[in-house]
Amino acid sequence: MRLLPHTDADRAAMLAAIGVREIDDLFADVPEAARLKELPDLPRHASEIELERAMQRMADKNVAASSVPFFVGCGAYNHHVPATVDHLIQRSEFMTAYTPYQPEVAQGTLQYLFEFQTQVAMLTGMDVANASMYDGSTAASEAVLMAQRVTKRPKAVISTGLHPHYRAVIETFGHFSEHESVAVEDDEIAEALDDKTACVIVQTPDVFGRVHDLRKLADKVHEAGALLIVAVTEVLSLGALTPPGEMGADIVVAEGQSIGNGLNFGGPYLGLFATRQKYVRQMPGRLAGETTDEDGKRGFVLTLATREQHIRRDRATSNICTNSGLCALAFTIHLTLMGESGLRDLALANHRTAVALADDLAQVSGVKVLTDQFFNEFTIQVPGDGAQVIDKLADKGVLGGVPAARLWPDRPDLADRIIVAATETTTPEDRAAYVAALKEVLA
Amino acid sequence: MTKAANDIRPATFTGNRALQIEEPLIFETGAPDRSGVDITVPEGENRLGGLERRSEIGLPGLSEPETVRHYVRLSRNNYAIDTGIFPLGSCTMKHNPRANEKSARLPGFADIHPLQPQNTVPGAIELMETLSHWLLTLTGMEAVALSPKAGAHGELCGMMGIKAAHEASGENAQRRIVIVPDSAHGTNPATAALLGYEVRPVEVREDGTVSPDAVRAIVGPDTAAMMLTNPNTCGLFEPDIIEIAEILHEAGAYLYCDGANFNAIAAKVRPGDLGIDAMHLNLHKTFSTPHGGGGPGSGPVIFSKAIAPFAPLPRVVAGQDGAALAEFADDVPGEQPFGRLTAFHGQMGMFVRAMAYMMAQGADGMRQASEDAVLNANYIRARLRDVFSQPYGDRICMHEVLFDDHFLKDTGVTTLDLAKALIDEGFHPMTVYFPLVAHGAMLVEPTESESKHSLDQFIDAMRALAKAALAGETERFTEAPRFAPRRRLDEVKAARHPVLRWEPPQQAKAAE
Repeated sequence: MRLLPHTDADRAAMLAAIGVREIDDLFADVPEAARLKELPDLPRHASEIELERAMQRMADKNVAASSVPFFVGCGAYNHHVPATVDHLIQRSEFMTAYTPYQPEVAQGTLQYLFEFQTQVAMLTGMDVANASMYDGSTAASEAVLMAQRVTKRPKAVISTGLHPHYRAVIETFGHFSEHESVAVEDDEIAEALDDKTACVIVQTPDVFGRVHDLRKLADKVHEAGALLIVAVTEVLSLGALTPPGEMGADIVVAEGQSIGNGLNFGGPYLGLFATRQKYVRQMPGRLAGETTDEDGKRGFVLTLATREQHIRRDRATSNICTNSGLCALAFTIHLTLMGESGLRDLALANHRTAVALADDLAQVSGVKVLTDQFFNEFTIQVPGDGAQVIDKLADKGVLGGVPAARLWPDRPDLADRIIVAATETTTPEDRAAYVAALKEVLA
Repeated sequence: MTKAANDIRPATFTGNRALQIEEPLIFETGAPDRSGVDITVPEGENRLGGLERRSEIGLPGLSEPETVRHYVRLSRNNYAIDTGIFPLGSCTMKHNPRANEKSARLPGFADIHPLQPQNTVPGAIELMETLSHWLLTLTGMEAVALSPKAGAHGELCGMMGIKAAHEASGENAQRRIVIVPDSAHGTNPATAALLGYEVRPVEVREDGTVSPDAVRAIVGPDTAAMMLTNPNTCGLFEPDIIEIAEILHEAGAYLYCDGANFNAIAAKVRPGDLGIDAMHLNLHKTFSTPHGGGGPGSGPVIFSKAIAPFAPLPRVVAGQDGAALAEFADDVPGEQPFGRLTAFHGQMGMFVRAMAYMMAQGADGMRQASEDAVLNANYIRARLRDVFSQPYGDRICMHEVLFDDHFLKDTGVTTLDLAKALIDEGFHPMTVYFPLVAHGAMLVEPTESESKHSLDQFIDAMRALAKAALAGETERFTEAPRFAPRRRLDEVKAARHPVLRWEPPQQAKAAE
């Protein structure tokens, strides 16, 4: 009960001040039939020591990425987070703050969100960005909804290179909001465009790791009166690759986990969302904006709230209320630490490590590297079942990637594919361990 | 600068005020070639397909010490629960135990990948299963979807489950209406509208709660569901919720409950016993995960027996060899999961924190916490009722107490002014102008982690301010805040001429 400050004497004095005899007098509005007479069938409170032991016991059952040669990617990446980042986000005044509804005492949060928005706009090559969303996949589905609002058209054309989980999220939203979506191979996108198409959504580097030049596609999409949404699941790639904004994207969504945020088994992550100036008022989510105070000093507030649910209610641009404030802080701190030169170096380090790994794996008998041009992730073909290969590698202490069957259980044609990622944390010893283990598994 | 402010806060040469330092943007001090990291780039060739980035990005960098100082200085311009009471009604800001943080940072939780083989993460799956068990036991419900990433995301999930149930029974086409009380969070009507529903409001009756007769009057074969918050946003328990649920069920509709205020009743009342079909639980509200200045949140959803078969994937299911993560429909034979809400499994980092809190509290502590939260709100009500006005009369409330601005009539002081004056007194303001049903609303939620001492300090400040307003000390309010890092900020200007990013000075000039 260490988390509760009252003594019994406090409680008695407070009940007296209220003018009731016992605590249940304060629950008088609860129907008698619904009042729990006994405690729920759950353990009693634990000491901090007991809690730590229980947590440690569960955590110890898991294989941490840092403890083994690790090559798993597909939308979440094992990058190093500088100690400074975690130290700063644990500052009480950041971590235990609420949404900055009272801007005069929330300038810390509001200023970093303004810095974050600027960094994201620069990185994606877009005009403006919002103050973050839940994650890349939900940002992608919000982008589709936004394109449908902008164009007043119902259909989304989805590239099969989009991460299948992202596609599933878009399709779930589309189904229930009674919009249409179709998934097509990249070379069929142009044919799928019609006067009902609100948007085309593509990913680069795509889920197989391939990088794409989107300029010609952008022209075709725009000729059809639709918007081009570009999804980026490995945001670090933007340190090395031409940004979507320079290739004609109208909306860029990304998973920001790679910069400043850990793997966390899938969350919390950080959705990035950027667009053109002309669509600002259709953009979902929170926005920090610059203004002045009564003394004329620069300050920041949450702004353009007239798009939001708490004012527009059933006519709002989205129902989103939360952002990923603390994850955005981690992102902006890490990016500030790196600066442009550090970001480019980190991106190049990732890329060159992945190139070296691809060349290593290509030497293993029976293995084919299927991706010629990539950032830090590529697809290999193995003789036999990819999922079994991954499980056998795991038994040898190597987490060798994502078998395509994990993402597409209904695609037997992909059953022999494995998607492999390398990052700056991948050492030459890790690569050698992968090659050795793979040779044994395939022997 | 106005005279009053000038008197109190004379200017310094630097603009700084002792410990309060004016901190520029990173773009004004950083440089693209400055860095706080050391990266070794291996030799080798590039295979970027001719898509190398050629343009300058413009991102400024700072060294490690500069970065630390910048963000520490920014942090000092924030109010936080660790620095004082945060009486935001409907938002629930309670103590964030550091044991939660320590647990979430164990490499076995923080450093695992959502797509690594399931047999390399049994501890993570065990934690998700344990959390599910606790949530289902506390709520008396049938199934739980952990994956929603925030309360509003949970609302979508819950309402999708309801819509999926109507689709399965072939009634979706006719059930187009969702009933939402006018006291509801804006997320409720926004959620219903996003799913293609027509929102039909129902007015709350004079005592601030929803009357069964009002529901009976509008419910019909076209009703898909009602979205109700309980305890509601006026701080009151809906006494007729069981009857309302029965009315809806008889009409073939479902009851969605916004679980934002579950912290008032956890271990006291089970939503399953109230007839609720779907409800989200904000882990940061009831289970103490930090709010982080806007998020991340986490909004698991619980379902009744009627909706359970449609619960989305991924989720943890019991198997022969222990729990497993079901990711595709084939993994849950006989069920009809409605789809996927997010790329991965949900906010694992928040699951660990919430689990740590629940284990620390236990069933006994959860119950005591609900009781203390309600006790604290009623204590504030009792000690302020002679000065502050209440829209629905002086009646017992749950974990938050609603005041309105009736007592400020003719003083020239508004609810907003009072809030800003509270900042000068060292307190974060309560929630203002919400719920919309009360004029000039002030919704105060102390939470159970506030001591009697801190409540008394807050109460004393509120009483002093109310008396000053009634005594005609208007300037104290209209000039407020006078001592915060910023004085009142021009929100109208920010919205009329949105500046949403920093621009290099010459470009900013050209744009004017």
